[in-house]
Amino acid sequence: MSAPPLIALSGVSRRFEKRLDLAGRLARALGAPLREETVRAVDGVSLALRQGEVLGLVGESGCGKSTLGRIAAGILPPSEGEVLWRGEPLSGLSGARAREAKLRAQMIFQDPYASLNPRMKAQDIVGEAPLVHGLVARAGLDAYVDEQLRRAGLDPAFKRRYPHQFSGGQRQRIGIARALAVRPEFLVCDEAVAALDVSIQAQILNLFMRLREELDLTYLFISHDLGVVEHLSDRVAIMYLGRLVELAPAEEVFARANHPYTVSLLASVPRIEARKRVFQPVRGEIPSPLAPPPGCHFHPRCPHALPRCREEAPALREIAPGHLSACHLNG
Amino acid sequence: MEVTLEVRDLRTHFFTRAGVVKAVDGVSFTVRRGEVLGLVGESGSGKSVTGFSLIGLVDPPGRVVSGRILFQGRDLAALPEAEMRRLRGNRIAMIFQDPMMTLNPVLRVDTQMIETVLAHEKVSRAEARARARDALGMVGIPSPEERLRAYPHQFSGGMRQRVAIAIALLHRPDLIIADEPTTALDVTIQGQILAEVQKLAATTGTALIWITHDLSVVAGLADAIAVMYAGRIVEQGPVGEVLDAPLHPYTAGLIGSVPSRNRRGAPLRQIPGMTPSLLHLPPGCAFRARCARASEACLEAPALRPLAPGREVRCVHPLLEEAQA
Ligand SMILES: Nc1ncnc2c1ncn2[C@@H]1O[C@H](COP(=O)(O)OP(=O)(O)OP(=O)(O)O)[C@@H](O)[C@H]1O
Ligand SMILES: Nc1ncnc2c1ncn2[C@@H]1O[C@H](COP(=O)(O)OP(=O)(O)OP(=O)(O)O)[C@@H](O)[C@H]1O
Ligand code: SF4
Ligand code: SF4
Ligand SMILES: [Mg+2]
Ligand SMILES: [Mg+2]
Repeated sequence: MSAPPLIALSGVSRRFEKRLDLAGRLARALGAPLREETVRAVDGVSLALRQGEVLGLVGESGCGKSTLGRIAAGILPPSEGEVLWRGEPLSGLSGARAREAKLRAQMIFQDPYASLNPRMKAQDIVGEAPLVHGLVARAGLDAYVDEQLRRAGLDPAFKRRYPHQFSGGQRQRIGIARALAVRPEFLVCDEAVAALDVSIQAQILNLFMRLREELDLTYLFISHDLGVVEHLSDRVAIMYLGRLVELAPAEEVFARANHPYTVSLLASVPRIEARKRVFQPVRGEIPSPLAPPPGCHFHPRCPHALPRCREEAPALREIAPGHLSACHLNG
Repeated sequence: MEVTLEVRDLRTHFFTRAGVVKAVDGVSFTVRRGEVLGLVGESGSGKSVTGFSLIGLVDPPGRVVSGRILFQGRDLAALPEAEMRRLRGNRIAMIFQDPMMTLNPVLRVDTQMIETVLAHEKVSRAEARARARDALGMVGIPSPEERLRAYPHQFSGGMRQRVAIAIALLHRPDLIIADEPTTALDVTIQGQILAEVQKLAATTGTALIWITHDLSVVAGLADAIAVMYAGRIVEQGPVGEVLDAPLHPYTAGLIGSVPSRNRRGAPLRQIPGMTPSLLHLPPGCAFRARCARASEACLEAPALRPLAPGREVRCVHPLLEEAQA
């Protein structure tokens, strides 16, 4: 019997009460028929990550990627289902073991500026958590912080600077150094390179890949950029309106996508190799997550929809070794 | 082909307390009828300021300090403000990354679109309304008649951007300047918008300047490409030729760092260092500190020079054919 996966999500769901935004409240005050509703941001997702694996997570805006990422990182409890660390349910942990579990998983966000305290120096941003959690003694803190910064590709000479004194790419490196400083095993990267220019993005992606080798890290890599995901993922998961619709090794997804949604997503991605191509849009809109279509959520936009698709949600099933897809076309 | 816009030696500087920021420093390009020009470059390279300069929307401490902006032969840089305002939103339209820069959140879409039409033309309300409906239909908004009565927040982000594009199209402008209009959108929605824009340029002869940092979008959409670095165009030419055989080391570096241009899982080729601050540009070629081909000769600022038919490059040691491959 093989060892349990590093982290497993078992049938996790998460609901939110959807509050109106400012424009919505304004319009309601002017008589528009609007009210607050419930969103099923994540709907019955099961997923396991092996130690050392990079799992790419893709899908359109609002499909639940960040919510799933926060659940996997243990910072957002699921409304239903369970998160397991090496087979052990997170919800069963308490005291020191629960705190320890929190450090094992770290998140890296899209906007390094928003996630760094503007009034803290780089050295304190990186050194605070390891000191608080007793991972390093105060005497050794300076050297420890230098090591973290250097590993993230930052010159420790700049450690007394504040976040606004760094470029976007450098701030992302501070975020990475901060995450690594608590010696995590698992990193959830949520659009971690989305705000960076391509040349800086390449530097950060190379850093992620190098760290994976050096520290045997496991990654959940959330990105809307399919080129980035293809480049560094071992497996890719595709979400649509809260549900997992396809999961397969990366080569398999890009060579033999099965789910009609994945196929149309791949067809809309602009590619630098394609010249003056005619864009073939996916028809229809992304439905509101407040009122997802019944049955298969994708049916109003699917070119192959069957009558059955409107009534019955397809189950995620294995269609080839390691390749899962949730579509009625597979029988 | 008829030239719609000819920009010559445009310079837009910001006079800040810390010094003069030469955000746009000697930019020249031409866009013809029905042509799509992709203006690319990294953050801070001067793409947006170029776009704003063209339509006279540079705010203090910034100022267009020199250059000519010939739109259908007339110099916009010398035009009085009132005249400029009339052209804007009539013959020239701008689409912003954030559609709410165009849309008013508390007004219904029909009100906004009808007012836009009436502000520029003497037509009846009914006629203006019909024009608005047709424009929404053109950008692929389903049941435009009903949608006209909605407020902006009742649309998704992609739909809002399409409404903003529809407003830009109301007068069938001769020139559209689009500043990262699809960057915040999902790829499927971006695909829809790119398809519509492509159709528009091909059928109405509208010239387009598409500002983006995404080379893949430009590859699929544009006819020509201009690459900016530190306020200057460093390379321009037909999109296929530039992407297949870049002449400038910076262009080559940008293309090389795109993940799909690298073997899966292998370290990505990267440009070392970062973009220099425009306040402290080194003398000579601005790319020098990051360039593997730099030599003594690069201490002298290179001029943009023609190297092949339709292609121009600002580099002392361009990557000529024999050096490539
Ligand atoms: N704290 C919250 N309160 C209310 N609704 C929320 C909250 N967080 C997320 N949602 C809703 O849950 C759904 C999924 O959101 P989530 O942020 O996980 O999507 P995403 O896939 O990460 O999207 P994006 O690509 O835009 O980042 C959305 O409809 C969102 O509006
Ligand atoms: N009001 C201002 N005062 C001073 N400098 C400014 C001002 N507005 C813009 N700049 C500077 O002009 C330069 C060019 O900015 P611009 O917005 O055109 O860049 P961009 O290429 O559009 O970048 P991005 O991809 O980030 O949108 C930048 O260095 C910026 O800091
Ligand atoms: S289940 Fe039906 S609607 Fe859904 S993707 Fe498959 S064919 Fe299309
Ligand atoms: S001019 Fe010199 S430094 Fe500048 S890009 Fe060309 S070779 Fe490099
Ligand atoms: Mg998200
Ligand atoms: Mg800009």
